[in-house]
Amino acid sequence: MEISLSINGGVRSFDVEPRTLLVHLLRDEAGLTGTHIACETTTCGACTVLMDGQAVKSCTVLAVQADGAEVTTIEGLAENGKLHPLQEQFWEKHGLQCGFCTPGMILTAAQLLERNSDPSEEEIRHGIEGNLCRCTGYEHIVDAIQAAAADMKK
Amino acid sequence: MIPADVDYYRPATLEEAVKMLQNYGTEAKLLSGGHSLLPILKARLAQPEILIDIGHIPGMSGMVMENNAIVIGALTTHHEIASSPIVQKACFLLAETAGQIGDVQVRNRGTIGGSLAHADPAADYPAAMIALDAEIVLTGPEGARSMRAENFFEGAYETAIVGNEILSSVVVPIPPSGSGGVYCKAAQGASGFAVCGVAATLTLGNGTIESAGVGITGVAGAAYRANRVEEALAGLAPTAENIETAAAHAADEVDPLEDFYASADFRRQLARVWTGRALAQAAERAKS
Repeated sequence: MEISLSINGGVRSFDVEPRTLLVHLLRDEAGLTGTHIACETTTCGACTVLMDGQAVKSCTVLAVQADGAEVTTIEGLAENGKLHPLQEQFWEKHGLQCGFCTPGMILTAAQLLERNSDPSEEEIRHGIEGNLCRCTGYEHIVDAIQAAAADMKK
Repeated sequence: MIPADVDYYRPATLEEAVKMLQNYGTEAKLLSGGHSLLPILKARLAQPEILIDIGHIPGMSGMVMENNAIVIGALTTHHEIASSPIVQKACFLLAETAGQIGDVQVRNRGTIGGSLAHADPAADYPAAMIALDAEIVLTGPEGARSMRAENFFEGAYETAIVGNEILSSVVVPIPPSGSGGVYCKAAQGASGFAVCGVAATLTLGNGTIESAGVGITGVAGAAYRANRVEEALAGLAPTAENIETAAAHAADEVDPLEDFYASADFRRQLARVWTGRALAQAAERAKS
């Protein structure tokens, strides 16, 4: 089936089987391997991307369901070579160790800050409930999101 | 984990979707947000030949107030319901329930119609629908019919949907002033599904309980109304003692599930305790 969608600002067309998952389209067809595959069961959030501005687990969206949508992956978050404040602060605050959960974590955080520009620590922890990190214990992730929220208000 | 090969259709209207169901029958599955269906397809627990994607049909999404009720389109997401100022104000219990489903990403995609039609025995919405006396609207070849939520859930993953019907909307009566509602649950640690979830609504008048609604999910094969709890509360003051006495009947009318997470006895205990907590908090909210 022919579909076309905007990926990180550029409209692209693909011929996909209906059963193709969005995460596989992004990684295997669009070549954007920053979106990671881990649990494949809608649990871990590693495959999170923004679809029409909403964080979604791309292992649980069919590519055909994204026909006509605007998708943002981690590769699309920096603008003109300048990292997003979340990317800067994950770096600065050591919000990652192995980095596997990081793209999904950052995109979920991006949506969190869009809905709530000044989240409390509890709101941040609740807001990333759908993203699992097995390295950091979340402390530095929460710090990074708080610091990015402060940066984005400047 | 990739679903089995499948054909995909995208009807433009509800009528067209019903016609497709008539044509393809049991070979077809309806798809909207996909957050119940896609995990099943990926695990190949189901291998339908056709997916009918109703996810973009105009007019099936969003909420409107009508005749003292909130009419919710089947495609309305959990996030839309949880974050709706209208729902938060008019029927807090419903927003509270939607906000406890899954996680942020799941709430962005999952729909109320999909969740109810899937009828997972541990899903959150069914308890709220029963406690709130909601009506489920089913649209088929002969038009629409509606039924009370408590008659809709027939068993695990089994509903009163017949033949070529599509769950098209839900009608939730707005609780009267003087009411308080709560949804709370003992959640399974990894999935967040309810091992025991209780939705309770109390309407107070002159210091006594005029009416009570209690829906319980996760405990039995299907979500159910705790009739004996409701009856035990009518006309009494919402004291801790009266609530505890009534809550003891929470699992009287069911045969509790037994699984890896909880024995039947433990579920009976959870139903009693969480019903008590829900009622106590509902009474507080009704007074404020």
